Amino acid sequence: MSVALKNHYVSTRNACKLCTPLGATLVFKGIEGAMSLLHGSQGCSTYIRRYLISHFREPVDIASSNFSEETAVFGGGKNFATALQNIVAQYHPSLVGIATTCLSETIGEDVPGMIRSITAEFFKQGPVLVHVSTPSYTGTHAEGFWAATRAVVERLGGKSRLGNRGGQINIFPGICSPADLRLLKEIAADFGLYAVILPDYSKTLDGPSWSDYHPLPAGGTPIEDITSMGWSLGSLTLGRVACVNIGKTAGEFLRSGFDVRHYPLGMPIGVQETDELMQTFEIVSGVHIPEKYLLERGQLVDALTDGHKYVFEKKAFVYGEEDLVLGIATFLSEIGITPVLCASGAKSGNFKRLLDERIPLLKGKIEVADGEDFAGIAERAQRLQPDIMIGNSKGYSIARDLKIPLVRIGFPVHDRIGSQRIQHYGYRGALALYDRIVNALLEAKQDDSSVGYSYL
Amino acid sequence: MPDIQILKERERQIHQKGSGNFAMACEQKSLAGAVSQRACVFCGSRVVLYPIADALHLVHGPVGCAAYTWDIRGSLSSGPQLHRLSFSTDLQEKDVIFGAEPKLYMALTELIDAYQPKAAFVYATCIVGLIGDDVEAVCKRVALEKGIPVLAVHSEGFKGTKKDGYQAACDAIGRLVGTRSTENISPFSINILGDFNLAGEIWMIKKYYAEMGIQVVATITGDGRVDDICRAHGAKLNVVQCSGSMTKLAEHMKEKYGIPYIKVSYFGLEDMADALYKVAQHFPDKNIQTRAEDIVRREVKEILPELKRYRTALTGKKAAIYVGGAFKAFSLVRALRLLGIKTVLAGSQTGNPKDYKQLKDLCDEGTIIIDDANPLELSKFVKEKDVDLLIGGVKERPIAYKLGLGFCDHNHERKEALAGFVGMKNFAQEVYSSIMSPVWKFAPRRGGEYVSRA
Repeated sequence: MSVALKNHYVSTRNACKLCTPLGATLVFKGIEGAMSLLHGSQGCSTYIRRYLISHFREPVDIASSNFSEETAVFGGGKNFATALQNIVAQYHPSLVGIATTCLSETIGEDVPGMIRSITAEFFKQGPVLVHVSTPSYTGTHAEGFWAATRAVVERLGGKSRLGNRGGQINIFPGICSPADLRLLKEIAADFGLYAVILPDYSKTLDGPSWSDYHPLPAGGTPIEDITSMGWSLGSLTLGRVACVNIGKTAGEFLRSGFDVRHYPLGMPIGVQETDELMQTFEIVSGVHIPEKYLLERGQLVDALTDGHKYVFEKKAFVYGEEDLVLGIATFLSEIGITPVLCASGAKSGNFKRLLDERIPLLKGKIEVADGEDFAGIAERAQRLQPDIMIGNSKGYSIARDLKIPLVRIGFPVHDRIGSQRIQHYGYRGALALYDRIVNALLEAKQDDSSVGYSYL
Repeated sequence: MPDIQILKERERQIHQKGSGNFAMACEQKSLAGAVSQRACVFCGSRVVLYPIADALHLVHGPVGCAAYTWDIRGSLSSGPQLHRLSFSTDLQEKDVIFGAEPKLYMALTELIDAYQPKAAFVYATCIVGLIGDDVEAVCKRVALEKGIPVLAVHSEGFKGTKKDGYQAACDAIGRLVGTRSTENISPFSINILGDFNLAGEIWMIKKYYAEMGIQVVATITGDGRVDDICRAHGAKLNVVQCSGSMTKLAEHMKEKYGIPYIKVSYFGLEDMADALYKVAQHFPDKNIQTRAEDIVRREVKEILPELKRYRTALTGKKAAIYVGGAFKAFSLVRALRLLGIKTVLAGSQTGNPKDYKQLKDLCDEGTIIIDDANPLELSKFVKEKDVDLLIGGVKERPIAYKLGLGFCDHNHERKEALAGFVGMKNFAQEVYSSIMSPVWKFAPRRGGEYVSRA
C-alpha cells in the first residue's frame, strides 16, 4: 500500500534525510589514520561535524577546502592543494578521504585530476588519497556512505595480499552504531574468522578519555587490512536497499574483480535476519554456530514470549534510512507489532518491493512512504494513529504531540546520552530493542492508568 | 603524542599577551585544511534570522543546509513556532541542470498558503548563484501575489565568512524596518538588537526595561515578530548586544532614521548593570535612572550571597573561552573574574582588530588571544595552560571532555538562561557543577588511570 498524500508538497518540510557528504565522512572516520576533506564551502564541514558530534559525543575533525567566490569562478585546485598540505602538516594522516559537495560538483571540479597532479608534485610518499563524488543533490547520506565504502575498496581493496591474515572475512556493515560494529567483530572471532569491517568506527567514535589530544583517534580499519580484502574468504554486505542504489557495491567489486564470494544480506535486526547472518558465517567459516549464540537466541525467544501480549497488533511508525527501517519492520513483524508506516526521506525505488518481499505476512498492511519528510509523517499520524514511534530523535516533536512513546534508535540521536551504544544488530540487539519497545509501551500504559498498579 | 604544531599561516592569528608587539591578523577567510570552527555565510544569516517566529524560513538549495539547521537554536517564542520548522527546496540533479526557479516559486506559494506567515525569508545557498536562479525576481513575484514581504537573503556559503551572513541578514531585516506605522510608541522606547531569546533570556531583560518605564518596540531577533520589526524605526534608541551580528543594522537605522545606538552586554553582573545604566542615561527622565539603580541593587543583593559560595569553591581555577563573537568574550572574562576564575585563553570566530585589542587589554598577562582557532590549537593551549574549564559550543565540547576538563555551553543551542542577573547565577552554577564534579578524578589527565597490582 503506497498512499500519496492529498496535499503533496514540492518543498521538503523537516527532512527525514541528510546530505550525501555526511555519509562519506562517516566512512572515513572508520579507517585507521584517516582524515576527511570536504571539497567545498567551510559550512559543509562545520555543519556535518556538529551533527556527528551531537550524536557520538566525540571529536570529529573534518577539513574543508574553504571555497571563496574566486575559487567558485576559477576552480578549487589551489585551495585543494593548500588544504591537503595543511591536513598533512597538522594531522599526519595515512589516508585522506576527499568528498565533494554540491558546490564543487556543480562547477565541475576534476578531483581525480587534482589528486593526480598533487600526488606527482608533493605526495609521492604521502597519504593515500581517496576520492568519492557526493553531490548533495543526489541521494541521501546513506548513498554517500555506500559510495564512499565502494570508493575506498576500489582504490585499495585489491592492492596487496600481504596484509591477509587467512580466515579473513570482509564485512560492509552499513550505517550502524559502534556497539553493532563491536558485536560483528565478536561474532566473526567466535566463528574463528578475522573481520575486516569497513568502516569500523567502533573506537574512533566511541573512545576512552585521553591525557593528550589525539588529532586522529585510535581505531578504525587498518589500511593493510583493506588492501588485502581481495583475498578474503567472503564479503558480507549488510543492507539490501541503499547500497544497490549506487550501482556496483564494494562487495560486487571484490566478487567480479577478485573472485571473493559476496553475500548480500539485510541489516541483522531481529531473529530471522540474524539467523541468516549466522548461517552465512557458518558457510564462510565451516564452523557451527557457537553455543553462546544459541543461548542468546534462546533467551531472545524466551523474552519474546514473556512480552508478546503487551505488543500484539500495536501500531508502530518506523522511519529513518531505508535499510534500518526495513530491518526494524522485519523485526516488528516477528513480534506481532504492525509497522503501519515505514517512512524514509530516501527514495531508492526498492523500498516498497523489499518490504513486501521480506514481510509477506503484512503485505497491504504497511503504508510505505519513501521520499517522505517529518511533516508528512506527522500528517499521516493523524490518520493512522500509531501507538509508538521507532526511529531517530528527530521524530520527537511528533511523538510529543501524539503523546506516544518514542524509542530512539539509529542516527541521529541528539537528545540522549549513549547513542554510540544502542545495540541494533544480532540476537543481543534484538533483545535490547525488544526490552525497550515493550517497556516503552508498558510505561505509557502504566502512566496513563488511574490505578497506578505495581504488577503487570 | 607528538606536540601539536601551529600552521605557519595561522601564527599571526594567535597572540600571547606580553610577548611583544600586538598585531593580530583577523577578519580573513579561514585557511583551507586548517579545520576552522566557523561555519559559512549561510550559517551567519540563518542564526540571526532564525528566531523571527512568525516568518517562513525557506532554504533554497539541496537538503543539507536546511536539515543541519532544523530547530538548531534554543531561541524561544512566546507565540508562533514557525521558526522551529525546517523548509527546503531540496534541489535535485534536474533542478541543478535546468534551474530551480519554478520549484522555488511553487515551494514558496504552497508554504505561504499552508502556514500563513507574516513574511518569508528565502536563503540562497551555494549552488543557487551558480545555477543562475533569479531569487529576487521569484521573491518579488510571490510578494505581490501573496501580499506579504518575501525577502531574498544572499547567503551563498562561499561568498565570504559568517560575518557576511550577518550582513545579509541585517540587509533583509533593514528592508522590513520602516514599513509600518509608528503610532503609540513612547518617547521612552528602545529596540533590543542582538539578543536571541535563548532559554527565554529576552523575557528577563524586557522585564527590567518595563520596570524602568521603557517600552521595547521590537526584539531583533529573539522572540521576534515581523510587525514589530516593521515599526522598529519608531524607537528612540537601539540597544545592541552581540554587536558582531547586529551593528550593521544599528548603523543602517542610524543613517536612515537617525536612531542612535549603544552597545551593551547582558552577561555578568557588571555588564548587565552597565547595560541598564547606559540605557537610562540616554533618556532625560531622572526616574528611569533611579529605577535602574533600584533593579540593580535588588537583584545584586539577591544573587551575591550565592555567588560567594561558588566563588569560594572556584577561586584559582583557570578557564579558556572560545566563542563566536568577541563581544561575548569580554563579558565572560569579567563574569569569570567575579567567580575567582582566571581566563588564560580567549578567542573568537569573528572578532575584529578593535575587539582583540580590547580583549587583550582586559585579560591578564600571559593570556593567549586567538582568532578563528581549530580543535588542535584549542587542545594544545588548553593543555599547556592546564585549564579547568572550557567555554564554547557543541564543537568545542568534546575537546574539553576528552581531556578531562569542565565545560560550559555558551553557544546558541544551550537551554540554560545565562543573561541577566539570574543568568549570572545560572552561569556560576553551571560552571561550578562542571568543574566540581567528582568524575574528573578518573580522567587520565588528572591521574585517574587504572593502577595495576599484578
